[in-house]
Amino acid sequence: MNIETTASFAVPWPELLGGGLIGLGAALLWAFNGRVMGISGIASAATWTERSDAQGDRTWRLSFLAALAFAGWFAARSLPTSGIAPSAGWIGLAISGALVGIGTRLGGGCTSGHGVCGVGRGSTRSIVATATFVAFGILSATSVHAWSGGTP
Amino acid sequence: MNATWVRAVVAVASGLCCGAGLVLSGMSDPRNVLRFLDVLGEWEPRLLFVMASAVAVFGLAYVSVARRRAPLFAPVFSLFPRPRIDVPLVAGAAVFGIGWGISGFCPGPSVVALGSGSLGAVVFVLCFLLGSWAVRLIDESALRGVPDVR
Repeated sequence: MNIETTASFAVPWPELLGGGLIGLGAALLWAFNGRVMGISGIASAATWTERSDAQGDRTWRLSFLAALAFAGWFAARSLPTSGIAPSAGWIGLAISGALVGIGTRLGGGCTSGHGVCGVGRGSTRSIVATATFVAFGILSATSVHAWSGGTP
Repeated sequence: MNATWVRAVVAVASGLCCGAGLVLSGMSDPRNVLRFLDVLGEWEPRLLFVMASAVAVFGLAYVSVARRRAPLFAPVFSLFPRPRIDVPLVAGAAVFGIGWGISGFCPGPSVVALGSGSLGAVVFVLCFLLGSWAVRLIDESALRGVPDVR
């Protein structure tokens, strides 16, 4: 790939490095534990009944989630600029959360499980799912923006 | 140290990598995600590089361990995909996408934001869990004997 570094296009290092770290996290979980780093599934199964924990997987799932939250805590503490401002009102956040919970459970994955791991291993199901949620995400964000008159 | 704890240590390393990546790439901030999804606003396409890079790194790792019988610390690679492209897959992805576009949160970044003390993330994550549990309650049969993958 021929990348010309000009004033109009700087190489997006934070995005490339950050994405690489996300991929590395997924690679560790797969190569060592044989598990897909699907965060919707990890969070859902970690908090559901014993039946979803038939193989005693609650320990690693909760450990993963704690580490993910720790990264956010550490970033907020050491890089004050990384603070997370609200991106929607309370009702919007509640509706959004419920739809994401229902949708990821029905569709069997989210941005990490389908988008990174599934697409990365060339799964047709995941490619279809990812194309679908990105398309509907664009549709939804663009409509909400047009309706409310501004992206926060 | 028994296998459960070895796997938990791997999960911590994985979670730290993933969390650091989400913060560094800007994906943990839902406003960046909305600027990517809102194509009629001030469109910010840089999150495409996050996805591409993550997919490339995981893809390489997947190919390089593909010939192994088993992962290092577990008896099998756990992958139990439903084989077909069916209605729940596409409908679920569509519902997820609509929710994602409202707040800019998807599950990973919402957990990172929870750690950073965002009250919005608390609301999002609680409602996410309620939604996910509701589908589990209705579709109990999906759980019977099928280890959870995602």
